[in-house]
Amino acid sequence: MAGMRVKAFVRAGVTAIGRVALLGLLSPPVKLALLVLSVVSLALTVIGVGLVLAPLVAMLVRAYADLHRRVARDWSGVEILRPYRPRPAGAFVGSPRRWLWLVSDPATWRDLLWLLAGAPTGLLLGIVGPVLLVYGLEGLLGIAIIIDAATGWYGYGVTWPIQDALDIISVPPQGALVTAGALYAGPWLLWALAQFDRSLLGPTRGAALAQRVDRLTETRTQVVDAQAAELRRIERDLHDGAQARIVSLGMSLGMAEDLVTRDPAAAQALIAEARQASGLALAELRHLVRGIHPPVLAERGLDGGLRALALTLTMPVTVDVDLDGRPDAPVESAAYFAVAEALTNVVKHAHASAAWVSLTHLGGALYITVGDDGAGGAVLDPPGGGSGLAGVARRLGAFDGSLHVDSPAGGPTVLTMELPCALSSPRTSPSSATG
Amino acid sequence: MRVVIAEDLALLRDGLIRLLTAYDFTVVAAVDTGDALRAALLEHRPDVAVVDVRLPPTFTDEGLRAAIAARAEAPGLPVLVLSQHVEQLYARELLSDRRGGVGYLLKDRVATVGEFVDAVRRVAGGGTAMDPEVVSQLLARSAPTAALTPREREVLGLMAEGRSNAAIAGQLFVTDKAVGKHINNIFAKLGLPPSEDDNRRVLAVLAYLNA
Repeated sequence: MAGMRVKAFVRAGVTAIGRVALLGLLSPPVKLALLVLSVVSLALTVIGVGLVLAPLVAMLVRAYADLHRRVARDWSGVEILRPYRPRPAGAFVGSPRRWLWLVSDPATWRDLLWLLAGAPTGLLLGIVGPVLLVYGLEGLLGIAIIIDAATGWYGYGVTWPIQDALDIISVPPQGALVTAGALYAGPWLLWALAQFDRSLLGPTRGAALAQRVDRLTETRTQVVDAQAAELRRIERDLHDGAQARIVSLGMSLGMAEDLVTRDPAAAQALIAEARQASGLALAELRHLVRGIHPPVLAERGLDGGLRALALTLTMPVTVDVDLDGRPDAPVESAAYFAVAEALTNVVKHAHASAAWVSLTHLGGALYITVGDDGAGGAVLDPPGGGSGLAGVARRLGAFDGSLHVDSPAGGPTVLTMELPCALSSPRTSPSSATG
Repeated sequence: MRVVIAEDLALLRDGLIRLLTAYDFTVVAAVDTGDALRAALLEHRPDVAVVDVRLPPTFTDEGLRAAIAARAEAPGLPVLVLSQHVEQLYARELLSDRRGGVGYLLKDRVATVGEFVDAVRRVAGGGTAMDPEVVSQLLARSAPTAALTPREREVLGLMAEGRSNAAIAGQLFVTDKAVGKHINNIFAKLGLPPSEDDNRRVLAVLAYLNA
């Protein structure tokens, strides 16, 4: 048990130091070369050549930065988002617009700063790690003692020079300490390097906000379009359905009123017809209301709403809702319809025998997972288009939420939705948090 | 027969009072909130209560909650719940105490006056009255009912709504004896213990379908 843990510790330390060394020794020359290329290509813009060359070099720099972003993620678990602005239309290689796009993006200049500062930083960390490890091993394996025996004047750690037997005995423990320290420090050195990369390669606050605004603008447009289409549908349904039926109901009643003394039998038939029309009108209104805002959702919140929804499906669905209050009505509605759409998708496409829904609120966001034991292979944007999941993502996007699809071929499929929101205390009275 | 009515829309409340009075019911109280309903139920102990699901002050499911709470204090108190929409979830909650004397109907059904009054009387007598829409949802969802013939499914549906053998026979234009035979077949196919009492029979079917 302990042996295995020591082995894992040593392996993690050695791997990390190896990686730091690899990055520290390989990347500075590449970074400096790219830096020189960038500066030269930008300078050449004066004579025109740079107009083509500078964008090409910039793309090369970005590709290299992407490599480091991936390395930071895979080796240190540090996620570095791409900060670059989206390419404007018509910005093909060699066009002034492309050159302008690259030069006007602060991320381009931050990349250059990263090349400049990253070379010595990487080199430093890449040397410190291995040197510390080698020095530790020198003590641990007693190499320092051998050197001392050969030269007569050598030391190790705090023992300098090595003179008597006590000094000799003190060397291996000191070496062990330094080795352990180096192994322990290894992953942290790698992490420090990733953090350094993130500070320059990740989006700045401003860039992150700009990206968020872009995303919100896009989803808002989609939502407004979807909402307008939805309103048109409701208007049409009302016009052709309930309204028409109520008109016919009024007509039947009017005719019955006329006939009631002359032909009571015919009047009775007309009244029966009118009652039937009122029933149909009500049924249509009920159907419509369910699609706008399900009454049970208004009455019972997400817990009752989703359990009632689950009961109407042909497949068994387990619903597990763990919420201390209710989100705002628009968010609640978005969450409900997102789950409803996801479950419809499961029924239609997944060939599943069972599904489950789970809801929880954590750190200012609602987390919803919808899973099934079906065939898997669900994708957010299928090439043919028309995925129900894109609709789910759009609903969530309107509230700055997101959808993650995990659906390997063969299943199972798990959708994870995140929806930032606050919960109101149950029973809607702000004074009592318990209710 | 003494009735308590809970309905917040004056138009519908007056309509219900008029309708039930015309059919020889005595409306002892007509209230418009959940709290008032609970108080009226426990004070008057009516033969039956006709209750709207959605009532002030929260306009959620006050009526349903008040009815369930009152039945917890006065077990078996007959309650007929009316709503603009029916949910299996609510039907399940109403039936969960297995005491009968429960009805759950769409408000639309009031328009078919004769059947509605029958349903009120059935509930007052300790029977059940489930809306056909609830029943059809249950039947559509339950795999075991696939073994039934179309006729048997029809009989099961009417039985789950709370109809007696005679009423089912009348509706399907067959003899009482034929209905009894269908019901025996249904119980055999679903593996339910045979039972004579109408109400227990319905509850057994619903409990089975809800499972």
